[in-house]
Amino acid sequence: MKAHYGYKDGAGDFFIIIDTDNCIECADHPCIPACPESVLEIIEDDYEDMVCAVTMDHRKKIKYSCAPCKPDRDRPPLLCVTACPKNALEHLW
Amino acid sequence: MAEFWRWKEYNWHDENKDWRDGELITAGVDVGSVSSQAVIVVDGELYAYSNMRTGSSSPESANNSFNWAIEGTGLTLDDVGFVIGTGYGRVNVPFSHKAITEIACHARGANAMYGPSVRTVLDMGGQDCKVIRCDEKGKVTAFAMNDKCAAGTGRGMEVFADLLAIPIGEVGELSLDVEEEPPPVSSTCVVFAKSEATGLLREGWSKSKVLAAYCSAMAHRVVTLLEQVGVEEDFAITGGIAKNSGVVTRLEKELGIKALPFDTDTQIAGALGAALFAQNLLRKKLAKAGK
Amino acid sequence: MITAGIDMGSKTIKVVILKDGEIIGKSIELAGFESREAAEKAFAGALEAAGIAQGDIEKTTATGAGRKNAPYTEHEVTEVGSDARGVRELYPNARTVLDVGAEEGRAIRTTDEGKVLDFALNEKCAAGAGAFTESMSRALEVPIEELGPLSLQSDASIPMNAQCAVFAESEVVTLVHAKTPKQDIARAVHDAIASRIVSLARKVGFEPDVVLIGGVAYNTGFVDSLERALETKIIIPEDPEFVGAYGAAIIAAEGL
Repeated sequence: MKAHYGYKDGAGDFFIIIDTDNCIECADHPCIPACPESVLEIIEDDYEDMVCAVTMDHRKKIKYSCAPCKPDRDRPPLLCVTACPKNALEHLW
Repeated sequence: MAEFWRWKEYNWHDENKDWRDGELITAGVDVGSVSSQAVIVVDGELYAYSNMRTGSSSPESANNSFNWAIEGTGLTLDDVGFVIGTGYGRVNVPFSHKAITEIACHARGANAMYGPSVRTVLDMGGQDCKVIRCDEKGKVTAFAMNDKCAAGTGRGMEVFADLLAIPIGEVGELSLDVEEEPPPVSSTCVVFAKSEATGLLREGWSKSKVLAAYCSAMAHRVVTLLEQVGVEEDFAITGGIAKNSGVVTRLEKELGIKALPFDTDTQIAGALGAALFAQNLLRKKLAKAGK
Repeated sequence: MITAGIDMGSKTIKVVILKDGEIIGKSIELAGFESREAAEKAFAGALEAAGIAQGDIEKTTATGAGRKNAPYTEHEVTEVGSDARGVRELYPNARTVLDVGAEEGRAIRTTDEGKVLDFALNEKCAAGAGAFTESMSRALEVPIEELGPLSLQSDASIPMNAQCAVFAESEVVTLVHAKTPKQDIARAVHDAIASRIVSLARKVGFEPDVVLIGGVAYNTGFVDSLERALETKIIIPEDPEFVGAYGAAIIAAEGL
């Protein structure tokens, strides 16, 4: 499942896309500790698979939650994206 | 003060059926942020439902909607084998056996309402907007949900209904009553769009014209969310805004795709999906118990 | 040398008249629906305060969201440019400028020489601007001027879930019905908008001194929330909403 977490508002589109089909085969979930803002968690989805998701707390404010990892100048690679061994994570902004 | 955003609550049950003839009786309760629905399914067939406003307490709203759905049927909670809660208040349905997200339930519900050819479901609810892609079984393959921003939700439309003092149910028709399609309201944010609309009214725009401009802005916004996830036909719309012809007509035009016609109430899709999930789980439970 | 700066904000229009570096007249008007008329009125007010005529002004620079509609203008600068210039003049040690207006929030990082290094914006969404506090004051039924002092009476930190001004209004109404003390709600409102401005500040890599300008700087509750969130003292000029127009007037003079 391509889960788009985040939102669209007047200022733009702020989505993290997680391809949860890739998560199913992932045992260690290194994405979780990689995020300094604890944006991600492992949940059991509606089809009883353990997959990565954006926490409820952060879904409506990821523009702000992810801001520390996205300085305007000299932006380093995103920690969560780099940590994921399955290339399951993508930020749209 | 009149409340133009208010809509009529209702319930329904199939007079030609007797639930006592059924084997598997399950329920789905969708406690949304604005409205709550309860659906009773008998052997996979829609039997009864209700649609009402969500009150300040989710458990109470769940109880009320369930009780209203079964009103006049002779059915009680004890007769229902499995109940699933969904929607914003899904974990606060006191009598439910399990909670499933509204994403999965809407896909499942749309699959039942519109048939297995549905691949894309747009749900425009009271406080959110969801785009769901699903397979022929109604299983979700992709989704995006926007519940952060009021633009593109029923709440945004309510703000406009209130501003223009138009009953919410008449907004769609009225917005189509324009000679020429005006340019859409340029602000996405409902707060800013409202000031923009106030300015347009001062300039002498008719209420219809202002509504047309807002409906097309809303349609455009929803189309961009659809495009984010990708649209594959068949395409279906659920939720309250599916009943707003002003938004739907403009959305179909911009998208270049027609939404499937519906004969079941679009607002019960989530609860119906939940009741169908409940049926599967009830069957599993009974099989386990060796019955 | 006499120059003018006009800041065509979305809610208010500000005019500053400068004579050899000194402010000799200033005026503010609500933009309303006829921003051009309001701008002319603001100009007239500033001219009257300065005791001069329109013809005495050698050059006018416009800034603000509606700068394209500014009257009597030869030259335009962005809000970022005028904010940075105005603050630089008032506080040479400032390295970060936060500007929170009615419809926009802005963070600007400047170099030791006062040049703009970087900026970040909150725009087109009421949640990150003064419009948010205005909506909440309506929902709370507390006049906007009283919202700041009210929130200073609170020492409870309650979270607001809604990130959208429209949804937050309903949330505030629910909190009021649940008998949550109004001062605690007011503080929650200010904490919410402050957290969005802080994220802008972090984006540009804020460094002291931090100067806050724009109309929302008058809101003591917001300032308190912002200082708590940034963990630093914030400098607020005497007329925070005039700094953009002031910067524009300086830029006009420098161009001559």
